[in-house]
Amino acid sequence: MQQTSTMQPLYPAGHPLQLRRNILIGLGIALCALIVMAAGIGAVRIAPADVIKLLMTPPGSAAWQDLSGEYLQQAMVLWNIRLPRLALGILTGMALAVSGAAMQALLRNPLAEPSLVGVSGGAALFAALAIVLGGSWMLALQQLIGEFALPIFAFIGSLIATILIFAIATRQGRTSIALMLLAGIAIGALCGALIGLMTFIASDLQMRSLNFWSLGSLGAATWPMVTMVTCLSGGAICLLLKQSSALNTLALGEVQASLLGVSVRRLNQTCIAAIALAVGAVVSVTGIIGFIGLVAPHLVRLAVGPDQRLVMPAAALVGAILVLLSDLLARTIAAPTEVPVGIITALLGVPFFLALLFRMRRKIGL
Amino acid sequence: MLQVINTSLSIGDKTLLEDINLTISPGELLAICGPNGAGKSSLIRLLCGELKPSSGEIIWAGMPLRQWNLLQLARQRALMQQHAEVGFAYTALEIILLGRHPHHQGAHRTQDYHIAMAAMEEVDAIHLAHQVYSTLSGGEQARIHMARVLAQIWEATAGPRLLLLDEPTAALDPLQQHRMLTIARNWANKGDITVVAIVHDLNLAAQYADRIALLRDGRLQAVDTVETIMTPAMVEACFDLPCVLLKHPDGGTPMIAARRHH
Repeated sequence: MQQTSTMQPLYPAGHPLQLRRNILIGLGIALCALIVMAAGIGAVRIAPADVIKLLMTPPGSAAWQDLSGEYLQQAMVLWNIRLPRLALGILTGMALAVSGAAMQALLRNPLAEPSLVGVSGGAALFAALAIVLGGSWMLALQQLIGEFALPIFAFIGSLIATILIFAIATRQGRTSIALMLLAGIAIGALCGALIGLMTFIASDLQMRSLNFWSLGSLGAATWPMVTMVTCLSGGAICLLLKQSSALNTLALGEVQASLLGVSVRRLNQTCIAAIALAVGAVVSVTGIIGFIGLVAPHLVRLAVGPDQRLVMPAAALVGAILVLLSDLLARTIAAPTEVPVGIITALLGVPFFLALLFRMRRKIGL
Repeated sequence: MLQVINTSLSIGDKTLLEDINLTISPGELLAICGPNGAGKSSLIRLLCGELKPSSGEIIWAGMPLRQWNLLQLARQRALMQQHAEVGFAYTALEIILLGRHPHHQGAHRTQDYHIAMAAMEEVDAIHLAHQVYSTLSGGEQARIHMARVLAQIWEATAGPRLLLLDEPTAALDPLQQHRMLTIARNWANKGDITVVAIVHDLNLAAQYADRIALLRDGRLQAVDTVETIMTPAMVEACFDLPCVLLKHPDGGTPMIAARRHH
């Protein structure tokens, strides 16, 4: 122990805890800057300085009463349209990125992703079933619990899909990674087919909301919805972040993880439930937005290494940034019409996924 | 003290271990030897809790393993495995720090870094600290894992400690084989640490172990001091290998050499 003082400095690049703090602060500042910028872009333009000023005047405040003319219009757009959408985007990015990072650690496979392994598909299918087949029963439920009705269905769907996939791939407490990915593809395909069937029998009105489900959009954001997603996803994200150290031990395999004092079964169950909740709640409002859960953790790992305690919070911020950027692109690229954001993330994510595959291909000597 | 009492293990209709009885004291290094498929790995998997005995009981520090709290046990017991693959590009130091997880379960404290460094020094791997684990050679990876298990049970304050080594010398060159078993020997010599190691090479086992357990077909054939076990009769009975007994020129440790096959 005494010799440690005579050795080279342990971390030439700086202490990892300090590094971790700096990285998270840096990403946080980038996200804030992006929020201010994105809040000002759209049909009604708001200068960044005005955005900041208007952020200080929430609706109902004394200063709000003094607003008039162009300012009032800008304030209304900012508070009623832009901000809930931005908030939903941030939550979506965080939920998908943290779930992706957790899933990759759980399965020890960098290619696991909520939309690839069928979790999002399950949520979308149950939402579709509720929209098309719910009928009067669904209406009654909506009157009872309002905005929460559809998300609850989506959550049940993602939970069922997740459990099914894990059950297929697990035997006697061991989870086969290859089986899990294949089961995810099968479940995803089944969900896709059944959603297709729902579109087939849907009315025109139902069709519109179904279309929105399969392509993904932040356009439906309202404050009550954002509140709901914050409650459900926010809690699940925190729960996942708390598992980051335990998830690190899984890199050594399940046997070593339990020898390090981690109850692997409980970790699996906690993470599965939290992923289903985080993804289900988000997907229930936005529809399927793919590849964020793959791209965000990967970018972070490339930059700072695989320590989950840094990867998960940093990926949350990067995920939020990616979704906001994609959404900005989605609503400006063909203005005044809007491209579904799921299309943008897929267009950006698929080349990334392929690049990853090529890297792995070289590694296994192909 | 580690006690294995009347322990059997069956999976399906296959009996892997039958009626094993063993008592291993603190300060002792027990080498488990035997031909392929004798049940050596199954025994280690029982001792580390990966498998549960079909019958019998394994007792650590006076309490059956199944009654131990996972975290408490993690501070006292560590296992080094032979094929240890690591997902993702963790550095060697990060891997070793994983061994400290049972002690902090969240953020590393400064003392965890010091222990990780000291453990790395013990296996002569300081220069590998910031290299990515998967880029290391098999021997280097084995040393990193050794450092990790040492870091896990570094402090005597956790109570009696148990070090399980599943073929720690596989994939190592002769120098590193001896270094690895020297570390195991030194740790046993600390007095409060029980060391159980699967060793393929009988001569290596004889040089470092206090006692040798011979397994064959899931049964414990003999557990005794090196001098008693290392006889042509014992070895031939266990391995079907006709051999002669030699004396090591330094210190006179008994050694086995195979007879030429005719």
